[in-house]
Amino acid sequence: MPSAGEAWRDCFRAFYIHKFRAVLGKNRLIFPGEKVLLAWSGGPSSSSMVWQVLEGLSRDSAKRLRFVPGVVYVDGTCPVVSTRRLRRVAPRTWPYPILGSPVVMIPFCLHLEGAACGQSREDRAKTLSDVKRILQTLGFPWHVVTLEEVFALPPSVLRCSAPEPVGTVGTYKVAVDSFLQQQHTLEAEGVGDSPSSAQGEAQPSQPCTQDPQNLAEPPPAAQTEALSRLFDSVKTLTAKEELLQTLRTHLILHVARTHGYSKVMTGDSCTRLAIKLMTSLALGRGAFLAWDTGFSDERHGDVVVVRPMREHTLKEVAFYNRLFAVPSVFTPAIDTKAPEKASIHRLMEGFLLRLQAQFPSTVSTVYRTSEKLVKAPRDGCASGPRCLLCMCSLDVDTADSATAFGAQTQDFSQMQPPTPLAEAGAPTVPCRSAEVGRAPNCCQGTRPCRREDSRARVIKQLCYGCRVNMKDVPSLDPLPPYILAEAQLRSQRLSPEIQEYLLENSDDRAHASGSGAWGPPEDGGEEGQTVCDCINKNIFN
Amino acid sequence: MPAPQCASCHAARAALRRPRSGQALCGACFCTAFEAEVLHTVLAGRLLPPGAVVAVGASGGKDSTVLAHVLRELAPRLGVSLRLVAVDEGISGYRDAALAAVRRQAARWDLPLTVVAYADLFGGWTMDAVARSTAGSGRSRACCTFCGVLRRRALEEGARLVGATHIVTGHNADDMAETVLMNFLRGDAGRLARGGGLGSRGEGGALPRCRPLQLASQKEVVLYAHFRRLDYFSEECVYAPEAFRGHARHLLKLLEAARPSAALDLVHSAERLALAPAARPPPPGACSRCGALASRALCQACALLDGLQRGRPRLAIGKGGGARDEEGPPPPPPSDPGSAPGPADGECGAACKERCE
Repeated sequence: MPSAGEAWRDCFRAFYIHKFRAVLGKNRLIFPGEKVLLAWSGGPSSSSMVWQVLEGLSRDSAKRLRFVPGVVYVDGTCPVVSTRRLRRVAPRTWPYPILGSPVVMIPFCLHLEGAACGQSREDRAKTLSDVKRILQTLGFPWHVVTLEEVFALPPSVLRCSAPEPVGTVGTYKVAVDSFLQQQHTLEAEGVGDSPSSAQGEAQPSQPCTQDPQNLAEPPPAAQTEALSRLFDSVKTLTAKEELLQTLRTHLILHVARTHGYSKVMTGDSCTRLAIKLMTSLALGRGAFLAWDTGFSDERHGDVVVVRPMREHTLKEVAFYNRLFAVPSVFTPAIDTKAPEKASIHRLMEGFLLRLQAQFPSTVSTVYRTSEKLVKAPRDGCASGPRCLLCMCSLDVDTADSATAFGAQTQDFSQMQPPTPLAEAGAPTVPCRSAEVGRAPNCCQGTRPCRREDSRARVIKQLCYGCRVNMKDVPSLDPLPPYILAEAQLRSQRLSPEIQEYLLENSDDRAHASGSGAWGPPEDGGEEGQTVCDCINKNIFN
Repeated sequence: MPAPQCASCHAARAALRRPRSGQALCGACFCTAFEAEVLHTVLAGRLLPPGAVVAVGASGGKDSTVLAHVLRELAPRLGVSLRLVAVDEGISGYRDAALAAVRRQAARWDLPLTVVAYADLFGGWTMDAVARSTAGSGRSRACCTFCGVLRRRALEEGARLVGATHIVTGHNADDMAETVLMNFLRGDAGRLARGGGLGSRGEGGALPRCRPLQLASQKEVVLYAHFRRLDYFSEECVYAPEAFRGHARHLLKLLEAARPSAALDLVHSAERLALAPAARPPPPGACSRCGALASRALCQACALLDGLQRGRPRLAIGKGGGARDEEGPPPPPPSDPGSAPGPADGECGAACKERCE
């Protein structure tokens, strides 16, 4: 960086803030007065994002940000970045305690994050107290949820609710104009404070709207143990990371829906998104790249995920945080200190950063290519069934097609029927085709199929990428109950002509929905298992 | 420890484990399964209709050897006839030995062989001459870009000479996986938009091309060649170490160690990519010079050759804008030695950012 006096610092700051505001302004998705949930992981990018929002809302900024923010922190999750990697992209930036700023250093924990990694209770409690300290200084409503709460999620979190009517550019302009007018009249009447800052000041008197007991005590040990059991049962680090990401997303979605947030902001930087794009490619998620890495992700319907930090490189973020003392909390990630070859995420990150050293335009090239992706399935029909876990439209063909999916589901080495000798002995390797979605015909008659059936039922409802991940999860039982419940509901959805005979079981409906904020129930989606069983007996095959 | 029984015929001892599924099979059953899978790909993808005259791009390497062998086995069932077409790029110390292998194969299989040479087709330009011409700019040579484009042209010419209706090449799943990784790393949205299928239908008078081995992994191709005792040429091209594809190949090796199905997962991703209409190449027309399929006024081969003739070999590499026309603009300014050979300097805005940092 040129050191022409200290003026460059102001230039850098102006440039950095401008990029943030420009990304928001260009896309015009966030309407004035809208409730936006900031997903804060404690890491540098999301901390920077929260800081930007804080500064943007303060009265002395030229064009104040107009939305109403809240912050969510998921205890037991953290950025997939270790101190080693931070050093590589931003030398001499981490760790530097800056006088007067609440930059927090957590004693380095050898293993993984929270309960997913075996972090001790004391460390978790300490991290949590540091997190709360920072959250209290922000002045927004804040929510801290533990990862263990996935065991209490309702199945409806996996359903795509009807989106609120999205305005066009014209509507946005109208909304902004009317908001500004409203402000103007309020100030003219002598109210003084604008609604958003009034809310902000009122916040410290009402702490977090989440269950207060959450903050005082750690989550029940049974849940922590169940979480550890789940993650221990997953065979590869790649699948663990993907599962963690999925659970975290569902949790944040639940918080957003419960408290009426219509947008969620995540702090993914340009570097992080380029890595995510290449990783998603390698995981078989080529169909969903635009949703995974674009500015906005509308797959959940009513809650839209936006990524305002997507034009900032990790290097810029690190510099900014260092120069302007942005507080952040370091928590070790699920793959901190894991060897590089351990997971696809780590591999891709290492590869891209190394290639970047040799060809300095690599990250921006990948990012620029990602901007050319569109949110459309190749065939053109987007209204098919959605994946149970990632909620994107399913991208699998029939098992017989001449595609990569077809190649993995058919099995030409079993062309000859097994001889009686083979049926007597157990097969040496389980038939892999069952994993990727075909009904387990090959096991017919040789062993009880109920377990395989229920597993196959769940697998059938997943997209290609999620199916490949599930191959590394040998048993679906440790999964949180909401996933299995929703899988069962979906597979039991009967054909329309029988709908009229179905009885709505009010007990099941009470179980299915948590709070009241779920929107209208889907057609036929609320029937319980017992009802379907008794209808099944009446159907003549 | 004795090997387990073959999971298919349950008669012989298993001789290998299939890399992707881990299934233990004997040699004969594996080869049968492999051939059945290729047959399925061809039939389900409707790649080679009955009565087609198929030109097999034979380089003497393992992929084209296996491809030719498998198609020869399947030819009666598919109702197609085969011709071998080999391309002589004029790389001394490499191509001559490979061609010898192709000639042996043609003799063994009793298939007609035609050899087309760059020197004849492209006015005396061999790959060695191209490499010499592109060597001096200080950046890496990018002669692989030339070779790829010119070879496809040569293959097309050779196929027409033998009266073929379809062209097949031996690209396997690993090749396609590397291609999609490479195209993303280099920002080649046009190629990303075009790729992903099993081949091209052949618009505008070009012959339809396909890749029957696209869903077979490289390891299985090698295993097949081993069990069928096929004679092929296994050395690497002398210019290969400088190719950008090497990075993608290295990455794929790492990915496969972490997840064995990585190559097929990448192929699946490539099949499902959706690019903006603006990024897709314009509908193809005909080259104004040679009449071949082209997205612009000149086809890529003619544009590259043009650059070579004029002593400006980098003219048509990257997105040089108006470089395709007869009267090209002055060449782009020489860039830093360390920067990427892929995206041209004007296109990727990060070039100037590097200098500031």
